[in-house]
Amino acid sequence: MATSSDRNPPPFPATDEPKPGLSDLLDGDSDEGDDIFVSNRTNPVSVSRGVSQPERVREEPGDLFSQEEAGPNTAKSNGVNSDDDNDLFAEAQSDLSSNTPSSAARPDISTSSGPRPASSFPQNPAAMQHTSLEQLEEEEAKDSFDVDVAVTNPEKVGDGMNAYVAYKVFTRSSLPIFKSKAFSVRRRFSDFLGLYEKLSAKQTLHGCIIPPPPEKSVVGMTKVKVGMDDPSSLEFVERRRAALERYLQRVVSHPSLLQDPDVREFLERDDLPRAVNTQTLSGAGFLKMINRASDAVNKMTIKMNESDTWFEDKLQEVEAEEQQLRKLHAVVDSLVNHRKELCGNTAIFAKSMAMLGNSEDNTALSRALSQLAEVEDKMEQLHQEQAASDFFILAELLADYIRLLGAVRGCLDQRMRAWQRWQEAQSTLQKKREAEAKLLWANKPDKLQQAKDEITEWETKVTQYERDFDRIGMSVRKEFLRFEKEKAKDFKSQIIKYLEAMMQSQQRFIKFWEAFLPEAKAIA
Amino acid sequence: MMEEVKGASSFLSVQVHNIKVTEVLQDGDSLTFIIVSQKMSGTGEFHVDRTYEDFEWLQQHLFSQEDVPGIQGVIFPPLPARLQVNASSKTLRHLGFLGLGEWQPYCKALETFLRQVAAHSILSKNRAVEIFLTSSDPPGRQKVKKNIFNRLSQAVEEMRKEGHKDVDDFFQTKRDHNFLLTGYTKMAAEKFLDVVLTEQKIAVACGHFSTALHLCMEQGENPEKQDFSQVCVKLSEVFNSIKKSMTSTAMNDMNTLGLGLDLETRYQEAEKEMLFRRTCKLVELQNATKNAEKAKPVKKAVMEEAKKATETEFRQICEVAKKEIIQLESKHVETLQQALVQWCEKQLLTAKESAEVYSQHLQTFKRMQ
Repeated sequence: MATSSDRNPPPFPATDEPKPGLSDLLDGDSDEGDDIFVSNRTNPVSVSRGVSQPERVREEPGDLFSQEEAGPNTAKSNGVNSDDDNDLFAEAQSDLSSNTPSSAARPDISTSSGPRPASSFPQNPAAMQHTSLEQLEEEEAKDSFDVDVAVTNPEKVGDGMNAYVAYKVFTRSSLPIFKSKAFSVRRRFSDFLGLYEKLSAKQTLHGCIIPPPPEKSVVGMTKVKVGMDDPSSLEFVERRRAALERYLQRVVSHPSLLQDPDVREFLERDDLPRAVNTQTLSGAGFLKMINRASDAVNKMTIKMNESDTWFEDKLQEVEAEEQQLRKLHAVVDSLVNHRKELCGNTAIFAKSMAMLGNSEDNTALSRALSQLAEVEDKMEQLHQEQAASDFFILAELLADYIRLLGAVRGCLDQRMRAWQRWQEAQSTLQKKREAEAKLLWANKPDKLQQAKDEITEWETKVTQYERDFDRIGMSVRKEFLRFEKEKAKDFKSQIIKYLEAMMQSQQRFIKFWEAFLPEAKAIA
Repeated sequence: MMEEVKGASSFLSVQVHNIKVTEVLQDGDSLTFIIVSQKMSGTGEFHVDRTYEDFEWLQQHLFSQEDVPGIQGVIFPPLPARLQVNASSKTLRHLGFLGLGEWQPYCKALETFLRQVAAHSILSKNRAVEIFLTSSDPPGRQKVKKNIFNRLSQAVEEMRKEGHKDVDDFFQTKRDHNFLLTGYTKMAAEKFLDVVLTEQKIAVACGHFSTALHLCMEQGENPEKQDFSQVCVKLSEVFNSIKKSMTSTAMNDMNTLGLGLDLETRYQEAEKEMLFRRTCKLVELQNATKNAEKAKPVKKAVMEEAKKATETEFRQICEVAKKEIIQLESKHVETLQQALVQWCEKQLLTAKESAEVYSQHLQTFKRMQ
């Protein structure tokens, strides 16, 4: 299937302008832009995919990457390879320089706004000789984060109301936990939701911030089921594709989640059993679910006596931050709408100038006015790109973090539930002891043994649950630290993308004005 | 209309090309405009304050010069509509670009009006112009007698005359062309106004975003939170810059091409009115001719006299009109060219400045990593 038409967010009409200078501004992303998108002016799309790449490269200047070797070879060997996979690496190959193959090879796939832990990649043999054992060990430890995922090629499968969109999930990793170095599978939206369901069920007592999936949308999907050709459907699919990619990247960059077999199965297994339990995420949406759970926790009869105010403070901070992000998101939303309005108005103005130019007698003036109309048409395209940039970078970033903060609250709730379980076990133990005392007094030796056994059982449970509670507390603290770090990094890299796109637009504005000025002067 | 001998109009004691409307003072609901002009002889300035009624007084005097031959063939410099203080957005919309931005475009339009009037070879002879520009007392506020120019909205029967076939190819062509051009220019001005208003909305939204981001800054001492707070602060600065850039862009649009299109629109309406007056006179002449032919011998002489008078009037009007049209056409090209060049230069400057600022922001963020 043609990648280009799917990859481009719909607001962009096809353009014949070559993508100017993107490679000058973004070291990592130039290839990505050329690789995957035939129509090359897709800044926001490439942006939505590639974020922290340049940042990563700078963090490990000494590392070399063996991907260029791994790529095509392993791509061929695992049999999952299709032409698309080769395309992803093609540019990487040709752009390799001896010094920093990383910057060329790395960005091919994944790189959307998911948080990226600092990590390095396995060294190629030549570089090995130069590393100390120490460095090797350090890199061993970081190896576990060597996973890139990309979600591409949305394809409509089936017809009518039973139709759905299947996405290609492409993974590249040198980790031994995977069967091969690079592989891809096809997944549909409910599969992603199913993965989330499984993870949250398993992780409830681990104090983990589980990345939330994108929300279901009946309206959006219905339009797509009917036909995928109109701009709003295309925009919806692209938005979802980008969101799914960021979701997966967040999942695989979380050290404990990556170890989860469900995650591996999701990435690797060719035919995944259909997820049927996605009802909880239907209609009401993810945040509503979290809110309901929070309410349940708040209604707990036994109030927790916090010796450590850290957790209370954090909850308040998280709630306040969520409100702030919502406000920000609303403002960005209105900004996006105004920009789209500007596109429309600019196009109409361009037409009116064209008509004015046509009816003008004076030839030089007529030509200048017609050229002005053309300039305004080009401006309209720039405004559209800016609107998409506002949306796909800023608005989606804020939306992601609003949902992520919901997941953070969910994590705090996990700790509360662990506490609750411990408390309940303690009260059960107390009851068992009282029962034993009663039996002693009533002198029923046969039941006494059973009572004693139960007491032992519950004593064990109380000890275990207390330890669980402590452990989860530590885990939550660690997760918070990690979350804050990732959040700052994420925002920084997204903002850099945004600024770079804006710089690009600005340069093109300048070019348009410079081209028009002599025309205007030539009138008299 | 525009025989612009720079500053050397022999009928006025002021230089024409640098008449300025320097200030506008508000007193409740009324506005007073300060007009400064340079004396022709020696140094020194005239400072006068005028209200909109005074402008109308001037305009009425210019309209009512019935003894000036061919006066109806003059394309009168268009006076901007009255500016209402505390007007609703609907009434402001009626003014188009002149209703924007703190009255500066409006003052500029008044200024242009005065300069055009003072530079006009026929109009500047009128005493009212000299009085208006130089008298420290407000010019007479009494209503001038009604004249044919007063009605701008035309009665139904008059409308039929608008389509009346002309006897002269030159004028028929001009009328047809004016009809087209008026419509297109008006539309272009309206659509451009829409663009500018949206740009202003974007600037406001960026300002909101910048403010909201600033509020996100957290006071906590957590090192991990500080990183994010810094990001918010810097992003807030970015959007403040974007807001400034957008505001400048909108201002540039307004002050150059916006004003230019607005002036063009009003001038074409003025030309339309002149052509219509001429057409009316043509109809009058044709009727007078018919009447003279059909007149009974008793009345014939009188009718012939009337016809001759009308003929003379019509001829004078056509003479003046032709000159005015040719001058307007060259002025029209000049106006638009100036507007386009200024517009382009200002936007180019703004774009370059913005690029520089954005580049610095980008560097700041890259250093933050």
